[in-house]
Amino acid sequence: MSTTEPAGKAARPKNEPLLKVDDLEVAFATEDGVVQAVDGVSFELRPEEVLAIVGESGSGKSVTAMTLMGLTRSPNAKFAGTAHYGDRELIGASEDDLREVRGAEIAMVFQDPMTSLNPVIKIGDQIIEQIQEHEALPDGPARERAIELLERVGIPRARERIDSFPFEFSGGMRQRVMIALALSCDPSILIADEPTTALDVTIQAQILQRIRELREETGAAVILVTHDLGVVADIADRIAVMYAGRIIEEGTLDQIFYDPQHPYTWGLLGSITRVDRPRPERLPAIKGLPPSLAHRPEGCHFRPRCPHEFAKCSEIPPLEARVDGQPKHRDRCWLSVDEKHQRREVRPGEIGLPDKDEEAPAA
Amino acid sequence: MSVEASQTSSPDSADSNGDTPLISVEHLKVFFPIKQGIVIDREVARVHAVNDVTVSIAEGETLGLVGESGCGKTTMSRTIMRLIDATEGTIRYRGDDITSAGHKQMAPLRREMQMVFQDPFASLNPRKRVGQIIGMPLKLHGTSRKQIEPKVKDLLDRVGLHPEHINRFPHEFSGGQRQRIGVARALALEPRLVVLDEPVSALDVSVQAQIINLLDDLQDGFGLTYLFVAHDLSVVRHVSDRIAVMYLGKVMEVSPSEELYTKPIHPYTFALLSAIPVPDPEENRNRERIVVSGEPPNPINPPPGCVFHPRCPRATQICRTVEPPLTRFPNGHLAACHHPLNVSPEEIKAATKDPTSPLSSGDELPSAEEGNGAGPSGERSPEAGSASEPPQAS
Repeated sequence: MSTTEPAGKAARPKNEPLLKVDDLEVAFATEDGVVQAVDGVSFELRPEEVLAIVGESGSGKSVTAMTLMGLTRSPNAKFAGTAHYGDRELIGASEDDLREVRGAEIAMVFQDPMTSLNPVIKIGDQIIEQIQEHEALPDGPARERAIELLERVGIPRARERIDSFPFEFSGGMRQRVMIALALSCDPSILIADEPTTALDVTIQAQILQRIRELREETGAAVILVTHDLGVVADIADRIAVMYAGRIIEEGTLDQIFYDPQHPYTWGLLGSITRVDRPRPERLPAIKGLPPSLAHRPEGCHFRPRCPHEFAKCSEIPPLEARVDGQPKHRDRCWLSVDEKHQRREVRPGEIGLPDKDEEAPAA
Repeated sequence: MSVEASQTSSPDSADSNGDTPLISVEHLKVFFPIKQGIVIDREVARVHAVNDVTVSIAEGETLGLVGESGCGKTTMSRTIMRLIDATEGTIRYRGDDITSAGHKQMAPLRREMQMVFQDPFASLNPRKRVGQIIGMPLKLHGTSRKQIEPKVKDLLDRVGLHPEHINRFPHEFSGGQRQRIGVARALALEPRLVVLDEPVSALDVSVQAQIINLLDDLQDGFGLTYLFVAHDLSVVRHVSDRIAVMYLGKVMEVSPSEELYTKPIHPYTFALLSAIPVPDPEENRNRERIVVSGEPPNPINPPPGCVFHPRCPRATQICRTVEPPLTRFPNGHLAACHHPLNVSPEEIKAATKDPTSPLSSGDELPSAEEGNGAGPSGERSPEAGSASEPPQAS
């Protein structure tokens, strides 16, 4: 399936990145000052790859994803940097150009399936509308395509249910409809922003399995935005960890999980509660809170919470490859690789910061 | 695996030792009527939110109540708090029946039963200062104005916030800090029982760990009894002594905390556990998983027999007709299943029907035929067992 290119789409050579984001910056002017939500984010997305962008609330992961779709534009927003999709520039593109890209080339699945469908329009009509927006397809065939899409995402009795309204569907079913909607024009990139956060675990497992299968069937690349490292371990090929607007570490799934370089990644991996291990006396927690994006610390953003902080940390560490022989594994930490190896526990999955919990009060 | 639960209280203490549990519900049913009609408000159907549940929590114990959305866990916790009226059944606090206690009778008890809510952004009044929020329960229960402020400051300190922040508004705090305020408010009256309704699910992972550690410390410090409601099995594990798994208004399994994770008996519990993605790529690739198909059925019309049978990979004919009783296995581990997992034939033979079983359940205990008690790989296709199922297991 993946080798046949859909007609009318630019050819996708396998080694060329599909999407190349360079030094993306997004800032919002607010009453409290300028909020630098995204600060120099660069990454590449290759065909058929699942890139996970991981971070906590306020890390800039969603803003990055939404900016690619042109959804963060507002008079108060300032952008810098580039995002190349083929020969298109997305950041500076006109609204008309973006309309052609949105849905057809890059599609998005949002977090909350309860609010992202129009409640007064039948789900079938919502899918047909999107198909006809991008392709001159008569009603009959468009409806057939919509039914086929609903079947593909695993909605039983799709032919009957196509005339249902969103409120007649459960959360999991609505998220399936959202995925069907996103796939309706055979996009080459699917951006999924916390697609399973609002769902129960058994439904989450179903949806993740579906996304995995669909990626294989359609050959679409996926950008998965999430805070859940369990989901990431399940589905991602590469991971970018974000903290306070910057990518602080980037690498393959196994590099991030088995050889994490940045102390924040250690803390993130360590603070996960696990069901397949004996339970620890206390959960390892990262002390303190992420910084306010309006008043970020100088140098490394993680410095105030980091137990390994030293003088050099007041300079911004560049995102670069630091591990020998791993040019694709990049991180922003001044510690030498040897020091990192000494300071973290190397048992995979149990890497944690020392137990210094208790939140620091907001400044 | 040793049962860590035993350090606080033995799992059986509540039902068999003669000690009165702090709180217990017996055959609790909560149905919500669905009404139709303009002049005559006719009841056309009922949502079976909680359908014959019997559980108890001993003093100092933490019971984790787990299930997916719509399983009735929140309804159950609110009914225990007497925020929702029970349709049938009894709620006892220290042995006293409070099922239909009036406002006057409940007032002194409210001091002892407090609640922490899920959403720290919605559960604090945005126009009140932190001091007013935490001080309100004190004021209502007659603490003099002079005593309130030092008390509130002490509480802020106990939950890891700065006492100087007493005059701030909720919006000045992050989600994790607001949840600490919610916890401080619940603790103001020095309650015995605290019902925690998804207290960490709105928080980031690193902050979740902070709050769970805090709850752990406070339990030791104040000698609290917790009912911890959550949809997330991995979170519940760190605080609970015992865990009850609910599905569609019924209790599927009650187990000492650690045993639930190493030895899930009910196929639903196993499915829940295997649906949680493990944050370890290697293990994920090799792990045996059951992805249950479908979604929970409509609680207006729950399926006959075992409520999980339409989604259960092990279901056979008997599951469609006879509701399984809660069967008692070693270690006070209860499960309502005709085809239990992870138990030996001897354990099945020794199993007894637990008195907490729903009244409508059958007397039939799981039989030690082949297939039963096997590991999760002993899966059956939905129709496979129906023909060979013995009519009456002895």
